[in-house]
Amino acid sequence: MNTFFEQLLNGIAMGSIYALVTLGLTLVYGVMRILHVAHAAVYTVGAYMGLFLYSSTGSLLLAFFGASIGCAILGVGIERFVYFPLMKYPPFVPLIGSIAVMLSIEEIMRLIAGPYILTFPAKLPFPDLSFSGIYVSSTIIAVYSITALILLVLWYISSRTELGLAMRAVSQDISISGAMGINSHLIVSITFVIGSAVAAIAGILVGIYYNQVYPTMGAVPAYKTLALIVVGGLGSVSGGVIASMILGVAETMLIGYANIPFPRDALAFIAMIGVLMWRSEGIMGSSR
Amino acid sequence: MLSSYAITIGTIIVIQAIAVCGLNVIVGFAGQISLGHAAFFGIGAYTSAILTVKAGLSFWTALPIVIAIGGLIGLMLGLPSIRVREDFLAITTIGINFIVEALFRYIPFFGGALGIGGIPRIMLFDIRMKGIPFFFLCLFFLCIVILICWWFTRSWASLAFYAIREEETAASAMGISPVRFKLLAFVMGTSMAALSGSLYAHYMQFINAGDFSFPVSVGFLSMLVLGGIGTIWGPVIGTVILGVLPELFRPLVDYRILFYTLLLLVMIRFQPGGLLGEKSLVKNILSRTFKRC
Repeated sequence: MNTFFEQLLNGIAMGSIYALVTLGLTLVYGVMRILHVAHAAVYTVGAYMGLFLYSSTGSLLLAFFGASIGCAILGVGIERFVYFPLMKYPPFVPLIGSIAVMLSIEEIMRLIAGPYILTFPAKLPFPDLSFSGIYVSSTIIAVYSITALILLVLWYISSRTELGLAMRAVSQDISISGAMGINSHLIVSITFVIGSAVAAIAGILVGIYYNQVYPTMGAVPAYKTLALIVVGGLGSVSGGVIASMILGVAETMLIGYANIPFPRDALAFIAMIGVLMWRSEGIMGSSR
Repeated sequence: MLSSYAITIGTIIVIQAIAVCGLNVIVGFAGQISLGHAAFFGIGAYTSAILTVKAGLSFWTALPIVIAIGGLIGLMLGLPSIRVREDFLAITTIGINFIVEALFRYIPFFGGALGIGGIPRIMLFDIRMKGIPFFFLCLFFLCIVILICWWFTRSWASLAFYAIREEETAASAMGISPVRFKLLAFVMGTSMAALSGSLYAHYMQFINAGDFSFPVSVGFLSMLVLGGIGTIWGPVIGTVILGVLPELFRPLVDYRILFYTLLLLVMIRFQPGGLLGEKSLVKNILSRTFKRC
């Protein structure tokens, strides 16, 4: 029974990290209707920046803030130089642009940091816990608390502030919201700032959780999170978070218990095709 | 001098061009985005490999079966395209690619992680096809595929395709069944991919699930977009450019892939319609020079 709970906790941690990456993707899809594959590259850059800042200053807090700011700049750069000029073309043009950005960033990281796996020896400011035999590592506590904090802040921004109102307006209709006096391009950029900063935090958390950082760490999440935003309902933030949590737990459980010879990375896509056939607007999406 | 190196590059480019022409039917003519074309390329390769290695058929008797199976699976996997559109379809086809690759890799019948080896070369008039003769055989198949595409753009069906691509609702109001024509596009496109996969298997003589992974699909779509979507010669030109460039960049050694991806980015950023598409640089220059004459 204890292993079951430990597996469950691991699964939720995995799901939390997926949720943080999916969040940015959903926000970007909401305002721009673009599949932002390069988001996973931003997350890789975040992990490297965090590792660099942490190993040079020794402060984890500084690593989180520095990497978030760096990735926010990177995200806005991608939006301004690649996506915005390609908005008027059919959706696969920005998609290919996004994939090209992602491959380029992966290569740049490989050339700068080398192709090998680096370790992330983070010292967390709290100890491992254990409740009646269930062992909870300090990294899991860090993942849980940071995810909860980010989700809370984002919920507050989107539902209680004027910025959130503007973001929701832009994601409903970008041209009408422009006509209503909202600077829609600024809102799009702010969305990229938020999404990319959260991706950087997710990257650092993954680095700490698995204790490894490498140039292609974004390759699998890049496409898996695409499946997740479909399962959650394109553009629905809460749906994306729920879908991520379910996938994280399901993947961990399947590896731990059912010994099926099937790769866990295909699971997200099988779930996605099932959802598309059964309820194509996703679990939380609104039917259009 | 035609070194064997140049012939290898040329053969691979011609084989890929066949697959990209098939993708052009789906994306360019029917307007259905597909990011899983490598799956069908792989299905063709694996079917041909299994039929020749395990069932002992020759390439020529296996070929119609390969094309039929490729088309049939294309028909089944084209069904999602009726239900989902654009962004959903893009992600669905990515998913199909990942699932097909996983099936190849994890089911022992498909050779598992080891892949299938010892695929025989194609025999034609009692000659084992390799090197220059094989290159011309592939070129012959490419010509047939291009002819089919050309003939297709002249037929009545292409008008229906363009109508569906531009405005699906209006097309169906005019009595054109989107279901039938979309599926027709998927069947045509995937059987071309299966043909190309079969040639690939008999050329490499060894195939592995990794040869048909998602980045290959991205490569196909990039070739198509760069060349010009919906044109006859665009797929071929795009394949040649993206096939030759990595070889030209070989002196850059470690920076090679970076230059390649950056070039792809610059091209998609400044020529999103492709080199032969509407309002493209090449087309402008061509039309300007011809006007002057």
